[in-house]
Amino acid sequence: MALEIMEGSIAVAQAVRRCRPQVISAYPITPQTHIVEALAEIVANGELAADYITVESEFSALSACEGAVAAGSRAYSATTSQGLALMFEVCFNMAGLRLPLVMTIANRALGAPLSIWNDQQDSISLRDSGWLQFYAEDNQEAVDLHYIGYRVAEDHRVLLPAMVCFDGFILSHTYEPVDMLSQEQVDAFLPPFVPKFMLDAKAPVSMGMYATPDYYLEFRYETDQAQKRAIDVIREVGCEFGEQFGRDYSALIESYRMEDAETAIVALGSICGTTKDAIDEMREEGRKVGLVRIRCFRPFPAEDLKAALAGVERVAVLDKNVVLGAGGSTARGAMALEVKDALYGESIPVLDYIIGLGGRDVRLEDIKKVVALCEQGEGDRFYGLRTEVL
Amino acid sequence: MAIGKTCELFECGHRACGGCGAALAGRLLLKAAGEETIVVSSTGCMEVFSTPYPETAWRVPWIHSLFENASAVASGIESALKQQGRKEKVVVVAGDGATLDIGVLCISGAFERGHDITYICYDNEAYMNTGIQRSGATPYDASTTTSPAGKVSMGNRRPKKDMPRILAAHGSPYVATASIAYPADFMQKVEKAMNTEGPTYVQVHAPCCTGWGFDGSQTLAIGKLAIETGLWVNYEMVDGEVTKAKKVVKKPVEEYLKEQKRFRHLFKPTLQVEEIAKIQAIADRNFERFGTEIKLPPKKDAVVE
Repeated sequence: MALEIMEGSIAVAQAVRRCRPQVISAYPITPQTHIVEALAEIVANGELAADYITVESEFSALSACEGAVAAGSRAYSATTSQGLALMFEVCFNMAGLRLPLVMTIANRALGAPLSIWNDQQDSISLRDSGWLQFYAEDNQEAVDLHYIGYRVAEDHRVLLPAMVCFDGFILSHTYEPVDMLSQEQVDAFLPPFVPKFMLDAKAPVSMGMYATPDYYLEFRYETDQAQKRAIDVIREVGCEFGEQFGRDYSALIESYRMEDAETAIVALGSICGTTKDAIDEMREEGRKVGLVRIRCFRPFPAEDLKAALAGVERVAVLDKNVVLGAGGSTARGAMALEVKDALYGESIPVLDYIIGLGGRDVRLEDIKKVVALCEQGEGDRFYGLRTEVL
Repeated sequence: MAIGKTCELFECGHRACGGCGAALAGRLLLKAAGEETIVVSSTGCMEVFSTPYPETAWRVPWIHSLFENASAVASGIESALKQQGRKEKVVVVAGDGATLDIGVLCISGAFERGHDITYICYDNEAYMNTGIQRSGATPYDASTTTSPAGKVSMGNRRPKKDMPRILAAHGSPYVATASIAYPADFMQKVEKAMNTEGPTYVQVHAPCCTGWGFDGSQTLAIGKLAIETGLWVNYEMVDGEVTKAKKVVKKPVEEYLKEQKRFRHLFKPTLQVEEIAKIQAIADRNFERFGTEIKLPPKKDAVVE
């Protein structure tokens, strides 16, 4: 294993190159730009035999990918925030058409007010779209999840598009040591795309027909079933990746120092790195705190989460998103809703903290304060608000 | 799939209204396009009446994604075919609402990028699938459900958007208009568009008996009248220059208007002389721009031997 120090975006671009997409279609948006610039350079230098479609909008970027996959090619796109919001309609459509893709999301806040900084409102807002959603803690994971993403998405038991989400700037613009697999290694793990259905004059099919009330419900059921099947496929593919390259991704969640934890933090993405450091310090002080990190938000590993949280006294959820208007008089993020759902019928209190929105820094002491609040039974609120709004 | 001699690539049994101009356009364009074609449909009448799951009228590969993204989807397909070294042609089939209104962003992008696609817009001059609402292609004074004629309104207040010229301005090597009333001409134009490399465009006038208010047996006659009155012109643009336009013996616009319920308010309860004159002026400008009027020699008095 040869570690290289690379910017997150460049590492992702190099991973995408090794996945050999035939069609790349993307539109520039901060903080995704370094990925698509690097890929443009890779294509321009003949290091990847892909057609790079420089579209006029994110809406067309994903639509072009949709066409390319329907015609039987592996495709790739990357976006974030407003760009993903503009793709909303295509996202639902592509999952409904069961067309596999990997799209990188450099997570960023949604306007208004305009913010180019990180939170996860963008991809979280597409949790109902039918896409698989992976969230990386660091750049190594962001890179590896692209290989795994294509394998799972293109598996005929799944056939769904996948978002590989990594936090904008915090990961995308950060230099970290990364083990880049060789082209031969990736080729051995990720074979060429074999579509189950495709547009081909030799065997004509109609894709995207309209469904009357007699059929629509069944299509939605089938797509949900594909999400369910993806759970096992992820385990299988993640395990195989581990056997080949030593980094095991068979688990959809990761438990960190949960063995005798009284307070469990549940979180998503790069905030988990900070949280682990905070937990290490709290453990040294004798406080029994652990972390359950969700790596795969869609499909949501409800049973795994329930098992991981069995026996804890309380749960603190860190949500880098907010479901505006949810929770009655209290605040809710999307992950807290999922966690509460998974723990329904259990008597474990789940308290939510809306944190780090729009790039607000989350430091070690913030994680410790959240744990203290949770121990006092205070939560379901925005964390770290400026006092003048209170 | 082997296609028998009597079989159409656009199969019968679909759900279009009797006398549907768009259905005829679909059938004719596939006759011209042939089996080696991948069709991308926008949302609209054509998509809905031809593909009620689990049935389809399309005997060529066909995809429908959304209302406004057909040209972007086609871009991706064309790109994939190129990468795979495949020879099928990519044809978009979309209505006027999908083309002139909601899909302009995507079509502009696709044409500017120069994809090798052929875009066929079947123009029935309103959103027919949702119940006859006005679009950018609705003609001046036409009454639709969102531009109804009323006590203080004569219907749609704007003339048709000039989409062919907009796409020619994108550098399209071949832009044409056609009418289902002239099938051979339409089919030739589809073939020519598909055989021209780059993004090409054919806008085919497809009268809608339901939306325009005429008997379904009169679809072709209405299409012909549109051309004879100068309210529709069949022409070709090669590299942005008009190279050919169908010449006709000019008829007054009333002959076209009075056959359709969408223009009924121009005749009843009172004859709207000024409005009809404005529509005649639109037709006259067309005759002038394209030079399509055939001037007959003045009739001589009968000579008795």
